[in-house]
Amino acid sequence: MKKLVKFVSLACASAMLLSTTAFADGDAFKVGGIGPVTGGAAVYGQAVKNATELAVNEINALGGVQFEFQFEDDEHDAEKAVNAYNSLKDWGMQVLLGTVTSAPCIAVAAETANDNMFQLTPSGSAVECVQNPNAFRVCFSDPNQGTASAQYIGEKKIATKIGVIYDSSDVYSSGIYEKFAAEAANQGLEIVSAEAFTADSKTDFTVQLQKAKDAGAELVFLPIYYTEASLILTQANGMGFAPMFFGCDGLDGLLNVDGFDTSLAEGVMLLTPFAADADDELTQNFVAAYKEAYGDTPNQFAADAYDGMYAIKAAIEKSGVTPDMSASDICDALEGAMTEISIDGLTGEGMTWTADGEPNKAPKAVKITDGAYAAM
Amino acid sequence: MGKKLNKTAKSNAVTYGMVVAAWAVMMVLQSQGMVSNSISGLLVPVCIYSIMAVSLNLTVGILGDLSLGHAGFMCVGAFASALFTNLTVEAIPATWLRFTLAILVGAAVAAVFGFLIAIPVLRLSGDYLAIVTLAFGEIIKNFLNILYVGKDSHGLHVSIKDSMSLGMEPDGVVIIKGPQGITGTSRDATFTIGIILLLIALFIVLRLIQSRDGRAIKAIRDNRIAAESIGIHITKYKLMAFTISAAIAGMGGALYAHNYSSLAATSAKFGYNMSIMFLVYVVLGGIGNIRGSVIAATILYILPEMLRSMQKYRMLIYAIVLIAVMLFSWSPAAQQFRERYSLKRLFKKNTEKEDA
Repeated sequence: MKKLVKFVSLACASAMLLSTTAFADGDAFKVGGIGPVTGGAAVYGQAVKNATELAVNEINALGGVQFEFQFEDDEHDAEKAVNAYNSLKDWGMQVLLGTVTSAPCIAVAAETANDNMFQLTPSGSAVECVQNPNAFRVCFSDPNQGTASAQYIGEKKIATKIGVIYDSSDVYSSGIYEKFAAEAANQGLEIVSAEAFTADSKTDFTVQLQKAKDAGAELVFLPIYYTEASLILTQANGMGFAPMFFGCDGLDGLLNVDGFDTSLAEGVMLLTPFAADADDELTQNFVAAYKEAYGDTPNQFAADAYDGMYAIKAAIEKSGVTPDMSASDICDALEGAMTEISIDGLTGEGMTWTADGEPNKAPKAVKITDGAYAAM
Repeated sequence: MGKKLNKTAKSNAVTYGMVVAAWAVMMVLQSQGMVSNSISGLLVPVCIYSIMAVSLNLTVGILGDLSLGHAGFMCVGAFASALFTNLTVEAIPATWLRFTLAILVGAAVAAVFGFLIAIPVLRLSGDYLAIVTLAFGEIIKNFLNILYVGKDSHGLHVSIKDSMSLGMEPDGVVIIKGPQGITGTSRDATFTIGIILLLIALFIVLRLIQSRDGRAIKAIRDNRIAAESIGIHITKYKLMAFTISAAIAGMGGALYAHNYSSLAATSAKFGYNMSIMFLVYVVLGGIGNIRGSVIAATILYILPEMLRSMQKYRMLIYAIVLIAVMLFSWSPAAQQFRERYSLKRLFKKNTEKEDA
């Protein structure tokens, strides 16, 4: 047995070594993607993968700049993400469109900075994701969303007594909450209750809701994802608690939750860069093409990835790099070009980027009325 | 007796030799530029998981107690060492010194936790022990998820609520950010350091097994009542094995923390699934077989990465391979088959024939 194991391991090792670095073959840019397509966060990675494929096919059909796209699974794990990054490098990746989730993104960002590989993350929203000059993002950063939400509530005088329910085990949720709390003080908002839940206890929210109710919250801020939000709305309704609810882009998808009574979502306000039922032509075409190809309604992750692919295309055209250049040279050129381009995408019109990697686009606040998003 | 000792010494030498040879081969290949990026990225994790498998094998195979909280000790070691590195990154500019100290800190803190947890836990045995260690692993993970530590000109601030309640000066830096963990730890881990740590772990465990203490520990495993009746201090030896095992796990954690710039105690990373994965390495490598642990950890860690070309089927294939290996090594029919066709026996037959 031991000998056999040794033999097998030797055979594996030699096979691995033979598969040495491949190089780009000259006519198409090799774009790599990393994200979770298995495990608990698979829905986000799958959306990014599908939307990027869609964008790549569209761009390739136009002629002009050509792309080759390969996507690797990271199981929403920093360690697996670095492994995926390394195998994409072996494939000959020149530009990275990833990673999808924040914690893996931070780990991979350290590697791309080391290798000087251009990185555009569609949805890595933590601050550290784009702290290096070679990294940019399509989505809003967590602090931006938290600050923007507090400003919006304060300036429009929607409410003054705020209850918060957030997921303390989630980077996205706690990141938004912290900045929201900091900005709320400046806006004269009073946070009367701030209750956390974790990924292990996200089915019963009656305790958190009861505390918000007892504290007299007029508005409950939900910087969380839509699955938990649908439970919170149902349970609040069950206990006769009817404050206003306000959320961020994580609430996008609320109306599509299976078995959720959408009439409970009436009046919920959310900040989102993308709504699948918006009536502009670009969104409608994208949603129709996505539905046809993958049989599913795209979410904001898909929209971010789609815009990201077009941003890469625009930056490549702007800088005039060619597929036969090395990843490092392409990175140097794209870093500069990225701050000069402007994109009319699904998640915002006239998006531009600053040198610190942040996108410039206005968050859209929408209110759910009659089972659909309406601009506020 | 003398022959038996020689046999153990020989077997240990093979174990060390295997690790050193793997290091030498990889070093030579790397200097020739023949190693792909994905393989060189896997070298340090392979060391980490081998260390963890060796460490868990001490508890499961030698002490005979089923522990499902090993990821918790690794997590403690990782956080302690990463915190240490982040605090001293300016005070100690020499990387090797800082990293050595960080590893020691990680091992020491994990050992303290192992010791504290062992006091109540080791009163139990069997399934109950497994359940309680599993719970302790989860407690550690959940505690780290609410822990906030920051540093400013007044020193360290600790909170278990959120980073705002740290009450820091504007110049303060939050080092442990609750569920977001520690980011930006200096990436000091290299393959050579990983191999050195693996050798240290192997040395500690193999020496312990051969020592008088190790024989006492094995006696407890084989028959607790008999061991007690001849005057072996059960609690002392159990505590000893458990603490050493936790310290080695902390060492593995320190290596982990310095190999990635993002460290967070998520349930996927340091939850019970990871503890069970270590157990899978130990069981497939052979309970009590230290060398087997290293080999199993290496193969089982590399396998899913090698299957990346299978895209979404790779986790399915990984599971099938696990089941196949399990059947191959443990089912009676497969054992008979292996005995009949083992290489060793074939070789022996040949030599016997030559002798005749």
